[in-house]
Amino acid sequence: MGWISDTVESVKSIKFREASTQLITLGLVVTSALVIWKGLMCITGTKSPVVVVLSESMEPGFQRGDILFLHMNNDPIRAGDIVVINIDGRDIPIVHRVIKVHERQDTQETYYLTKGDNNDMDDRVLYNHGQDWLEKKHIMGKAAGFLPYAGWATLIMSQKPIVKYILAGAFGLLVLISKE
Amino acid sequence: MHSFGYRANALLTFSLTILAFMCAISSLSDSLNSPSPSAQVQVLNINWFKKQPKGNDEISVTLNISADLQSLFTWNTKQVFVFLAAEYDTPKNSLNQISLWDGIIPSKEHAKFLIHTSNKYRFIDQGTNLRGKEFNLTLHWHVMPKTGKMLADKIVMPGYQLPREYRR
Repeated sequence: MGWISDTVESVKSIKFREASTQLITLGLVVTSALVIWKGLMCITGTKSPVVVVLSESMEPGFQRGDILFLHMNNDPIRAGDIVVINIDGRDIPIVHRVIKVHERQDTQETYYLTKGDNNDMDDRVLYNHGQDWLEKKHIMGKAAGFLPYAGWATLIMSQKPIVKYILAGAFGLLVLISKE
Repeated sequence: MHSFGYRANALLTFSLTILAFMCAISSLSDSLNSPSPSAQVQVLNINWFKKQPKGNDEISVTLNISADLQSLFTWNTKQVFVFLAAEYDTPKNSLNQISLWDGIIPSKEHAKFLIHTSNKYRFIDQGTNLRGKEFNLTLHWHVMPKTGKMLADKIVMPGYQLPREYRR
């Protein structure tokens, strides 16, 4: 009957208290990141408060890898504003500048035309076939602030997903094995 | 407690905090600048004025734009995006904004300029309201910082009128 007591001993030797402390720490890190992100969503009023510039169409103002802070409130969008737009049927949002605005007298519906500062043509070539104007529903947010270079990590991670998994794994491991 | 990892971590955190603080301060320093820009615009010529086959009015104009935007530049200014928009209202639309010309000013040395140009973007109405229309020309600028908050303002120049008849 020696093997039962051996098993009991080995189970007892696992430090449940330490293990659970580390699990809770990991949980705290993940949830606080989530809380910050959701909090930003509430404050800024847009579904994506921070975007990384992916294209060269707004050079030299915005370069690839720069970060934009968006906000969305009841202030109307006017010509000159830099907006993040989401065209129906496309995954990737576009950061461009509004160059034309027409606002209806009766319905308050507003029609926008956008263009990238570095592009020769306006964005009608990017819109869906037959679509001449953007409407309010296409606009995710208005750029309010700017931080250069800070988005490069995201850019690398989205291009080479393996880097993402290695980083996430390493980070998780670090949190689990670190003894404080 | 004093392992390499902890020291590296502390150093990284500290330097990032300092960097964030400096970015915030330089963005705040922009608001201390009180610029006094000036602009004049003349409509030199109506090149042509017609009704498109689709039924919208379209006009082509030649403009003379002179502006002095040097006071907008601070040490945190990366560039100034400047554009001239025609703004008017019609029975159908409470606001029409049509960008006619725009440009990027990369540095203070280029911020005082005189430009003679025809409209870069098409001046098309949503409808046929342009004959005899009074409109404002507004010079807008968007200051793009090296880091921080983007600033924008404008000068409204009222009192322009389009011709009463179409012209070839």
